[in-house]
Amino acid sequence: MGYTITEKILLGHTDVKKISPGDFIECKVDLCLGNDITAPLAISEFERTGAKKVFDKKRIVLVPDHFAPAKDVKSAEQLKVLREFAKKHQIEHYYEIGRMGIEHALIPEEGLAMPGDLIIGADSHACTYGAVGAFSTGVGSTDLAAVFVSGRLWFKVPESIKFVYRGRPNKWVGGKDIILFTIGEVGVDGALYKAMEFTGEAISYLSMDDRFTICNMAIEAGGKNGIIEPDAVTLEYVRRAAKKSGRKRYKVYKSDKDAEYSEMKEYNVSKLEPQVAFPSLPSNVKPVSKAKHVKVDQVVIGSCTNGRIGDLRLAAKVLNGKKVHKDVRAIIFPATQSIYLQAVKEGLIEVFIKAGCAVSTPSCGPCLGGHLGILAEGERSIATTNRNFVGRMGHPKSEVYLSNPAVAAASAVKGRIAHPEEVI
Amino acid sequence: MILKGRAWKFGDNVNTDEIIPAKYLVTTDAKELGTHCMDGIDSEFSKKVTKGDLIVAGKNFGCGSSREHAPLSIKGCGVSCVIAESFARIFFRNGINIGLSIFESKEAAAGIEDKDEIEVDASRGEIRNLTKNEVYTSKPMPEFILELIKAGGLMNWVSTKR
Repeated sequence: MGYTITEKILLGHTDVKKISPGDFIECKVDLCLGNDITAPLAISEFERTGAKKVFDKKRIVLVPDHFAPAKDVKSAEQLKVLREFAKKHQIEHYYEIGRMGIEHALIPEEGLAMPGDLIIGADSHACTYGAVGAFSTGVGSTDLAAVFVSGRLWFKVPESIKFVYRGRPNKWVGGKDIILFTIGEVGVDGALYKAMEFTGEAISYLSMDDRFTICNMAIEAGGKNGIIEPDAVTLEYVRRAAKKSGRKRYKVYKSDKDAEYSEMKEYNVSKLEPQVAFPSLPSNVKPVSKAKHVKVDQVVIGSCTNGRIGDLRLAAKVLNGKKVHKDVRAIIFPATQSIYLQAVKEGLIEVFIKAGCAVSTPSCGPCLGGHLGILAEGERSIATTNRNFVGRMGHPKSEVYLSNPAVAAASAVKGRIAHPEEVI
Repeated sequence: MILKGRAWKFGDNVNTDEIIPAKYLVTTDAKELGTHCMDGIDSEFSKKVTKGDLIVAGKNFGCGSSREHAPLSIKGCGVSCVIAESFARIFFRNGINIGLSIFESKEAAAGIEDKDEIEVDASRGEIRNLTKNEVYTSKPMPEFILELIKAGGLMNWVSTKR
């Protein structure tokens, strides 16, 4: 029996000669990640063991992005813990404010996530890098501390679900709509503990930005990892990114024809409308045409899910020459400094500011109810983020609706959830 | 080890934003986190709960973010264990890693009602409902996980291997 791409990567990082779903294995980790919320806990666990040195200062990434720039004294203290640890252990990939970005946009952009890599992050959206054909998964702080010490971690080999997407997605339909639709179909625990392998011709039409969005939200279906086999689009992306990191070697894996899947799901997405997830689960999905009655107070465009250049281009296309509705505040978060600069060069930031949007430095900001756009009681936001749980963006009686960037931008103009065609 | 206390019943898909909202993630202190435990669902929970009480929930408990602050806050407010029909993956790892007792049991999740008196024989995974006089079994932990628990958590296990 053959192996899936996920199984092949795990097998390539462990000492055992064969594996099957359910096996517990120990793997060598190529790269590990922590942020200003999860790393301080990992650092204290690391120090408690009495370890003097990290396993490899080149394979640790520390990104202050959640409560950064510091939102208050307590978060400033946490950021300081990160900074001092990075300095003490000469962590190569520590990104200071002004040079950073939201971790899951930053890591692939810096050429640190490559096909065939095994990556863990103390952040649930670490599953994003599956889009380059890596195995990547979110873990907790203690797991991260164990990797700081040993460079290794235990995994249970997951079963894989194969998702096959047929057809060519419509204009205004992208990765976000495909993954929201999928979560709506399988539910928030539909892929619990499993690998989600995204395949089919529809995927091959998508840009890397769209593919990152799809893999990013695998966790929202309970998935252990999301993964897409590398193709020409992937290889072109990693070729450019590798120039930044200087990485020369990586390994492209593909699933065997006789690989075993616990389930196969097939969808034709050629008639799919843009999707909107209603409160308070990412699986509570409806087509945008059924959401047009919903008035919004705030629009958030950004996050590790949809803050990349392709997302900003889409939003700018809709907002160009338009004005944000008088009762709406729209806040835009380019995900990294490079994306921000690119958006400046392309004139996108000018479009946003002329339309009446606020543009922020990269930060996770309001996505997790951190800062820079918290909702008051009874307020409602449409956001390109990844979760709409109760109280996620602020007050427990506020609401979050999830969508793609074009729908969010159109909603900013209309003051209610809108299809981009209503604005353009 | 015998765990004994009142059950606090919650539904399906209890997420980490509800267990410990992000605004409290500016500390790593379990006691302080404990004072905000379950704040997203019931802001009075940490005041009402007494040491030893149990959380009983439905499917996919602890879904959402990877924040280890979630199991830490549960431990920090004195809850002795969590029983659920199923756990989200990262919460499951975190629970094991920090030494929070967790039990997966569909029958217990269905049978136990709010405020029932519960006794858990942790080593045998046997859950007794003293109020309703019922006994439920939990899904046995895989051998590897038992090894981790026996070593006293992940960091101890890693240290023994160094």
